[in-house]
Amino acid sequence: MADYMPHTREEVEQMLAFLGLSTEAELFDVVPEAIRLAGGLNLAPGITEPDVLDRFEQRAANNRARADQLVCFAGAGAYDHELPPVVKMLGSRSEFVTAYTPYQPEIAQGVLQAIFEFQTMTARIFGLPVANASLYDGATALVEAVNLAVASAKNSRVVLSSGVHPHWRQVVETFAVGTGHEIEVAPLVDGRTDFSAIDGPCGAIVVAQPNYLGGLEHLDQVRALCDRTGALMIVAADPVASGLLKTPGSYGADVVVGEGQGFGTALSFGGPYLGLFACTLPQIRRLPGRIVGETVDTTGTKAYVTTLRTREQDIRREKATSNVCTNQTLMAVAAAIQLSWLGTAGLTDLALRCAQGTRYFIDQLGAGPNASVLHPNLPVFRDVAIRTAAPASVVIERMADEGFLAGIAASALLRGSDPSLSPSDHDHTLLVSVTERRTAEQIDRFAAALEKAGQK
Amino acid sequence: MTMTHPAAGGKASSAPLMGRAAEPTIFELSQPGRSSFQFRTTGVPPRPAGDLIPSEFLADDVVELAEVSERDLVAHFTRLSHRQFSVDLGAYPLGSCTMKYNPKVCDTIASLPGLAGVHPGAPASLTQGWLEIMVSLEAALCEVTGMASATLQPAAGAAGELTGLLLMRAYHAARGEDRRRIIIPDSAHGTNPASVTLGGYDVTTVPSDDRGCVDLAALKAVLDTDVAGIMLTNPNTLGLFEEDIAEIAAAVHDVGGLLYYDGANLNAILGVVRPGDMGFDIVHMNLHKTFATPHGGGGPGAGPVAVSSRLTEFLPGPRATKVGDHYDWVTPPSSIGRVHGWHGNALVLARALAYIEIHGGDGLRKVSERAVLNANWIRQRLSTVFDVAFDRPCMHEVVLSLTTLRKDHGIKAIDVAKRLMEEGFHAPTVYFPLIVDEALMIEPTETESLQTLEALAQAFELIAAEALSDPDSLHAAPRTSPVGRVDEALAARQLIQTFDARPQH
Repeated sequence: MADYMPHTREEVEQMLAFLGLSTEAELFDVVPEAIRLAGGLNLAPGITEPDVLDRFEQRAANNRARADQLVCFAGAGAYDHELPPVVKMLGSRSEFVTAYTPYQPEIAQGVLQAIFEFQTMTARIFGLPVANASLYDGATALVEAVNLAVASAKNSRVVLSSGVHPHWRQVVETFAVGTGHEIEVAPLVDGRTDFSAIDGPCGAIVVAQPNYLGGLEHLDQVRALCDRTGALMIVAADPVASGLLKTPGSYGADVVVGEGQGFGTALSFGGPYLGLFACTLPQIRRLPGRIVGETVDTTGTKAYVTTLRTREQDIRREKATSNVCTNQTLMAVAAAIQLSWLGTAGLTDLALRCAQGTRYFIDQLGAGPNASVLHPNLPVFRDVAIRTAAPASVVIERMADEGFLAGIAASALLRGSDPSLSPSDHDHTLLVSVTERRTAEQIDRFAAALEKAGQK
Repeated sequence: MTMTHPAAGGKASSAPLMGRAAEPTIFELSQPGRSSFQFRTTGVPPRPAGDLIPSEFLADDVVELAEVSERDLVAHFTRLSHRQFSVDLGAYPLGSCTMKYNPKVCDTIASLPGLAGVHPGAPASLTQGWLEIMVSLEAALCEVTGMASATLQPAAGAAGELTGLLLMRAYHAARGEDRRRIIIPDSAHGTNPASVTLGGYDVTTVPSDDRGCVDLAALKAVLDTDVAGIMLTNPNTLGLFEEDIAEIAAAVHDVGGLLYYDGANLNAILGVVRPGDMGFDIVHMNLHKTFATPHGGGGPGAGPVAVSSRLTEFLPGPRATKVGDHYDWVTPPSSIGRVHGWHGNALVLARALAYIEIHGGDGLRKVSERAVLNANWIRQRLSTVFDVAFDRPCMHEVVLSLTTLRKDHGIKAIDVAKRLMEEGFHAPTVYFPLIVDEALMIEPTETESLQTLEALAQAFELIAAEALSDPDSLHAAPRTSPVGRVDEALAARQLIQTFDARPQH
């Protein structure tokens, strides 16, 4: 069977002889007999590359919800944005793909400089002076943001807007069991967070912009609430929206996190994605994960290197600000390439096209009995919640037969009930997104089919 | 023993470079008014932003990004790629990180439109292919580790560690126990203690004995019913197999604790011995190490966590599960909850499954045999050049100690590592594990040929000789790389973390 090990049989014999051994099994003499695996692994025999490729082609064919077959109107944190050939090709260069973590800066300047440029772009997009080299995804970036805020405010009370993506809230709740944070949830009322019940000292207040129903939040009011409660203001922001909207930093956010998938990473069934993390300068020493800084080499030549390393787990061990080691560098490099492809005008145009397409969809859908906008007066960007007469999960199945991935059923994202939706809305809310890739013709057909498929 | 050495193989120092000039940042290449982007013609009626979104939300200023032509974009990032070492360029004898060759077929698989183009929120009925991949991978990983079930959500090893600790916490809590401590050997990776803190536990460190393994007596002395569990790497970070593992497992289980296996070194034991058979209850794997998915310059990885049957009910959910003749998402009854925004690093998972299917059970055992063979060969070959920290047969990696060179010649491990780059190899891991003075940790992996190993050995011999004859050349290294040794202290002091933070900006 072919594999990726170069040794000829003669070389193996020669190497064993050099070690004074006669068989490969003797290499493992140190493993006590009693625990050794007898009979080998119970796995199918190896197959060749072409056979494996065939098998994966078949698996791929069993995914009906592929963007090249069902027109994608699904979003909810993962988007079908343009992924141009130049970004795909540059981002898949093997020097980036097969590189190690840049701990040896002299021979890792390529990745280090790309990260430095990525940090600059992320900081600008969120309107803050500091960004790290990436985290796993938006949800885990939010966990790190909450940890930072609690440590900084020295208060473990965390208020989460119910408008934060339900999966992200679930991830925050999972890890809060270890850190001991007390999580409170502020409900959505008419599509926006109602923080009116929040009073008293707080470590962190988290709001999403836009929230998962698509609605734009009043970040100035959140800032005022943070000032009253002593909380750090954390915004889970859509980075694509920065082409139109005021940055979270301009409202005074202390930490901004986001999902960067829309910049250069395919839908990928949810990963690997790109966790974005930005914060204010005073928080830089609590920053989770790696950060690249500029310096010089021994000859005075400009150079880049990971810096403020004493925060990190390999040096501070149990006192580290985070346990993060591996991050999503390759996606960060792709994002830096995609954002440079977009440029200033492209980012604005991208965001405007999303907003135009979303509005065009809303106009085409109208206010029919089977499918209509859940909160018609709520300003939205590229995500909008639709109330359907039939359960949203049923509507999605029907729409697949019409050639669309119609959206995401809110009920599929939520664990049990959720205060942000009334019981009658819970199973009947479809989250729809319209990116710059959707044509008027697709939107026309989609809106008409949705009104039909929404029927009870 | 006299032995004819093999011919030395190729190395990365043969790669031609155009020079050592600095590359400007993309922002310095920017010319206002230039652009690369092109969007689809949609026919969607254009409307001004003010018609779409209330003005109170709209930005007054645009976010400034680089404005470059596609040609300049390609040139910039291609030049950056030429300033970067990678597995595809040359060997990475870098301990504990298993920088093996990444088969290209796995990249092709990860870019199939039917995998890469699938939205993660699409229902199970429309994503059966993906769910089958996850179920198949879970089964294979459980077989390799000797475990009952697994979560594929953790995005990296450290995420897997924290997930494992939360599983321990849930397990003890379900039994009405509130245990406070986790035991870690002093040779452990830094992520272990950091994860313990985030898991809400206190770290108790146990020393290694003079053979480089866990000091069993010291371990037993700290074991009591306040111990939630122990985190071990086996083979440990010295590349040595913990021969007393069965006794360690029994002792920890006797006080009601659980054993956590850090899978960083799993590449040493595939098909030879399984963590489950050693007595471990929880195992994380680094798919980007053992199963050859590329490291991406620091990520993405994937850190699935496999558990024994008594922990299955606590696993993160939902899990892809076979239900009758189809696949669906099922959340375990006492699940600790989600640990990832979606289903984990799915495309990394697909790559790992492809790698496993190509190798099969026998192929995976061969992987470990060759990895251990290569490590022992380089250990033996270098034993006359440098001191081996623990001079006995190793598993997949070997740790050298350069104490003598430092004391006698003022040469440190970092000097040797930097000089090795000039010879066309990535530096080994240095100063880890922390318990070895002037540590130099070498993991050749199974994909490097005997000729490459010989070239590496000759490079070390050259450097060792130079340490005596011309120590300054080691202090000055590397001199052939895009930049020389960088001033790390200055980076921390001046703190220029973005282009906008440059003083002249």
